[in-house]
Amino acid sequence: MTNSETGLKERQFKIVGTRPLRPDGIDKVTGRARFGADMAAPGMLVGKILRSPHAHARIRSIDATKALVLPGVKAVVTHEDFAEVGADLQDVLENVMAQDKALYDGHAVAAVAAISAGVARKALRLIEVDYEILPHVTDVEAAMAAEAPVLHDDIVTSGVEPAPKTPSNVVHRHEFGHGDVAEGLAQADVVIEHDFKTAATHQGYIEPHACVGSVGPDGQGELWCCTQGHFWVRNTCAALLGMDVSHLRVTASEIGGGFGGKTTVFIDPVALALSRKAGRPVKIVMSREEVFRASGPTSSTAMTVKIGVRRDGRITAGEAVLKFQGGAFAGSPVDLGAMTAFACYDLEHVKTVAYDVVTNRPKQAAYRAPGAPMAAFAVESVIDELASKIGMDPIELRLKNAVENGSQSSYGPKFGPVGLVETLVAAREHEHYTAPLGANQGRGIASGFWFNFGGQTCVSLNINADGSVALAVGTPDIGGSRASMGQMAAEELGIGYDKVRTIVADTASLGYNDISEGSRVTFSTGLATIQAARDAIGKLCGRAAQTWGISPDAVVWEDGYARPAGANAGEFPPLSLAEIAETAAKTGGPIAGHCEVNAAGAGVSFATHLVDAEVDPETGRAKILRYTVVQDAGKAIHPSYVEGQYQGGAVQGVGWALNEEYIYGEDGRLQNPSFLDYRIPVASDLPMIDTVIVEVPNPGHPYGVRGVGETSIVPPLAAIANAVSAAAGVRLTELPMSPPRVLRGIDEAAANGKA
Amino acid sequence: MLGGPLRSAAGGAAQVDVEAVNIRELLTGLGDAHPKLKPIIDKGVAVSIDGQIYRDAWFQPISPDSEVHVLMPLAGG
Repeated sequence: MTNSETGLKERQFKIVGTRPLRPDGIDKVTGRARFGADMAAPGMLVGKILRSPHAHARIRSIDATKALVLPGVKAVVTHEDFAEVGADLQDVLENVMAQDKALYDGHAVAAVAAISAGVARKALRLIEVDYEILPHVTDVEAAMAAEAPVLHDDIVTSGVEPAPKTPSNVVHRHEFGHGDVAEGLAQADVVIEHDFKTAATHQGYIEPHACVGSVGPDGQGELWCCTQGHFWVRNTCAALLGMDVSHLRVTASEIGGGFGGKTTVFIDPVALALSRKAGRPVKIVMSREEVFRASGPTSSTAMTVKIGVRRDGRITAGEAVLKFQGGAFAGSPVDLGAMTAFACYDLEHVKTVAYDVVTNRPKQAAYRAPGAPMAAFAVESVIDELASKIGMDPIELRLKNAVENGSQSSYGPKFGPVGLVETLVAAREHEHYTAPLGANQGRGIASGFWFNFGGQTCVSLNINADGSVALAVGTPDIGGSRASMGQMAAEELGIGYDKVRTIVADTASLGYNDISEGSRVTFSTGLATIQAARDAIGKLCGRAAQTWGISPDAVVWEDGYARPAGANAGEFPPLSLAEIAETAAKTGGPIAGHCEVNAAGAGVSFATHLVDAEVDPETGRAKILRYTVVQDAGKAIHPSYVEGQYQGGAVQGVGWALNEEYIYGEDGRLQNPSFLDYRIPVASDLPMIDTVIVEVPNPGHPYGVRGVGETSIVPPLAAIANAVSAAAGVRLTELPMSPPRVLRGIDEAAANGKA
Repeated sequence: MLGGPLRSAAGGAAQVDVEAVNIRELLTGLGDAHPKLKPIIDKGVAVSIDGQIYRDAWFQPISPDSEVHVLMPLAGG
């Protein structure tokens, strides 16, 4: 699809689309970059958190008397040290610090600040918590059973008729779709239905949560932390501590990965509460065990998918029932799973049912495209099997049903210009698709969708006296965005990339910025950067007009220069940005551009992945041999970082599909809270991930940008499952496809005479 | 057009009529016409106008011939 077809003006870019060095690169490879745990403050104390060893227990009492008299202990906090909050933050507060009940293994119940880590650890052991241990449940379907122990007395299932009168672990039942599925299935030549399960997985960011909080005797606070959204952290911490928002200034550190897991707070309010009580700064750094037990993994799921297809390849109906547990509090991403499950396909009859379920596990947090990868795993597995059943090429089947501009989506609205067909065609034409396979090897393909969104964004662009530019954004850089913002600013201003320095400003320096999530940064902060640059250009042209004594309307900005608009404007030599900046003090003072926007118009995106896998029939071990990601970026500002997002999504998908799994014991305790026992992919597990950038411009962005950070994790679970199933000769419906599970599938199929 | 739980809160109606020139009027009108929708709207919804999805954009205009969908709120990682 061309720019003219999407309504965007054709534009020849000079800097956008190139691959300059990232501004934070040297700091990161030399160790100069300051991550959360690198922060320090004079007189700083060490904070440690006491966590429940029980999956579900009533807290009868907490006695910190002995801890408080231990030399070196400066403060102890419990839930009583936080403010009362509204319903919108009640779960956040209760997850930060347990109130009446501990709801999962690792739930924080108290915290201590002391002069050293050793003293703090000793003090934790002196805090006496009287627990009444309660029955627990960690499995999603077990939690839905009538006899399951109930976590919350105030959760009564909504969305069912007649309305229940007793509490339950099922938060809601939501239904999405259109048409009549029964009628659609009746038109099908082949109908396939399967049950699927996926395990809870962690985002696996390498940097643990870390922060330094400081509240002075005047009530003014500062927080340094690793987060994807320091403005949200500021507002939330202020509410949890009963502070005015303006009394808390938050600075985001460099971030060692987030992937959605750093879009909430765990330790930050605790550090501030301890600091307020101790009168000194307090630093808290989670151990890896704490990250696993007490931050937010994604949901585990149980799903059923039924799809019907005619022999000509037309899908007649699709239906899915999705059950997601989101840990101890409401809010699993099951609705998003239900809305995205069939989003790739133009269906007359489609229905998805979503159950949000609570269990005795840590409160789930977002993980790239939350909810979509699991739903895509189930749907795309059935699509794959249908293609095989009717003897049709799996890309051909997808192309016959793929959504295009004007198709009604399975979640309601009609699509605008989208690039699913383009990704499918590019995948089919890729050399990978027809490369030969060996024994015990299989090829899988899957497509995926994600919404992307914009949101509140505020940017300041300051023109310095020497003609260089300081760009202040408020969205933490989680994927190379400082480079992309610098490129867009330089492109608009007509100056060199090296003339722009982009920083992530603190919360006192800019208006509110939404979190770096939803694949929104390159879209919305980029849009705001372009608008701020245009605002500055208007002022630069105004200064040139004043200098020449002509109307501002008679000045144009071209390639970094103000020029008279035409012969009638007069003849003046062009003035460069640097020349105008040099005289700014004499022509009206500083020159800056600003943009405050609630950005809308984020284009949805699609991807198609190709995977080759080999299965060892003796051990059940699956190995990824080759992987190709094809995804629509709208317009790739910095292609290397777009490719990096594609590769990263695929790699996390490999871990999710093959190895990663939260394993709970009968006692409800997490059995594998370390990277030794919870295995994320390492370099030796992976082939080079090949990438193809498709560009179907998004008309909602001046350059056509679509978000790219999340869509890349939607297809991998399904694509890998299709590849491994093909290699093993048996349909695998449960993740992770760990060696014992694959071997069991092979053995069962052999016993049933299917392999 | 209503999706997901919004539909059941409106008594099962997939499509309802509301006079509105912008998103704020749309959501106010929906809440007034279908009181069970109000708590869901107050918690946050997304609105699609001719396929473009908006979050918290009260004054986004709605044309007489626009196709409007009210959706569950979006989240991201």
